[in-house]
Amino acid sequence: MSIGSPEFSFVADLVRREAAIVLETGKEYLVEARLAPLARAAGVAGVNEFVRLVRQGTNPTHRWSIVEALTTNETSWFRDAAVFEGFRTELLPRLLQQRSPGQPLRIWSAAASTGQEAYSLAMMLTDELPPGQRFEILGTDISKEVLDRARAGQYSQMEMNRGLPARHLVRFFQRHGTGWLVDDRLKSHVQFREINLAGSLIGLPRFDVVFMRNVLIYFDLPTKQSILHRVRRLMAPDGYLILGTAETTRGIDEEFEQNRFGGLSAYRPTADEPAAALRRRA
Amino acid sequence: MYAIVIDDSSAMRMILRRTLSSMGFKVVDAVNGRDALDKLANLDYVPDVALIDWNMPEMDGLTFVQIVRDDPRYRRLSLLMVTTESEQSQIVRALAAGAHEYLIKPFTPDAVAEKLELLGLTTAGSLT
Repeated sequence: MSIGSPEFSFVADLVRREAAIVLETGKEYLVEARLAPLARAAGVAGVNEFVRLVRQGTNPTHRWSIVEALTTNETSWFRDAAVFEGFRTELLPRLLQQRSPGQPLRIWSAAASTGQEAYSLAMMLTDELPPGQRFEILGTDISKEVLDRARAGQYSQMEMNRGLPARHLVRFFQRHGTGWLVDDRLKSHVQFREINLAGSLIGLPRFDVVFMRNVLIYFDLPTKQSILHRVRRLMAPDGYLILGTAETTRGIDEEFEQNRFGGLSAYRPTADEPAAALRRRA
Repeated sequence: MYAIVIDDSSAMRMILRRTLSSMGFKVVDAVNGRDALDKLANLDYVPDVALIDWNMPEMDGLTFVQIVRDDPRYRRLSLLMVTTESEQSQIVRALAAGAHEYLIKPFTPDAVAEKLELLGLTTAGSLT
């Protein structure tokens, strides 16, 4: 049965309030598909019944489970080959020219989901960086559930099939039951933290590269502006922001300039930061 | 683009044929490695990619890979193993024999597209 209008409105209001994500009319199919497993798990007949149960407020974790279900996206390894290729062959060498070897390269995977992007970057950097060049990757997401999976580094066979080169599979993973486990060397470069991009970003370090792909599309314009503004303040002056292939900073935050690196568009902050902010970071 | 699907399961051949056709590939199929070598010899072109099961009667996929890798006529043929064999040691063995990529059954159409993209043959997402 299709989700009713009051139930859809309740869900849309909830994810807008909690995650600043806009679910417009027409996204009913998405809500039905994502909430159906939650309804089954709760032992009720369907999505409408589940939403009514949540509205009664008998189980507070149900509300958050809705937010999580609607903010989690399918992901694959090395998603968008042209992006990773442009990063590897053009952006990374330029970035390294501007860094001393002792300076760790910091990368933020800002919608890390179950960790494939963060670990893909770790595999690539392990191969590409000169000996002695350290790197740190932070993966963040709004969903605790996906981050727990990312931290565990445990993936099903179906997930491993999604875009992971076979040579990486045999090098960076171990068989674990019917699935696979990221090896500890790779894990040592990657940390995961629960962060709502629409909330506070205080406490995050300065990043050389921010991957924030296919995230802004879920937010309304004021929230997009707020996120880009705050992310820009966390970027090294010569750092780069990488958005989804269909996304741009244009029309949202004009303090970025676009650079092309092969098939990759990357955005560099142009605004001078207040001296006080720079001093605080030093 | 052209593909050859090598699998002794008619259901699997049909699934892969359908997946590849939807991505614009012209597909021929073979029921084992020996049959595939015969079909390749009779084609007036070299396919861009072979999707190869491991366990098949007459000639298995690994033997097919080894023969094709040693034959200069097929230098440009990309070799993608598509198999239920999922042990790490088997993947290592297939890569050492000359397979370029490895896909473990069961798989989704997106996973096939992404493997082909890794081989430089298509753009993943072309299915959608």
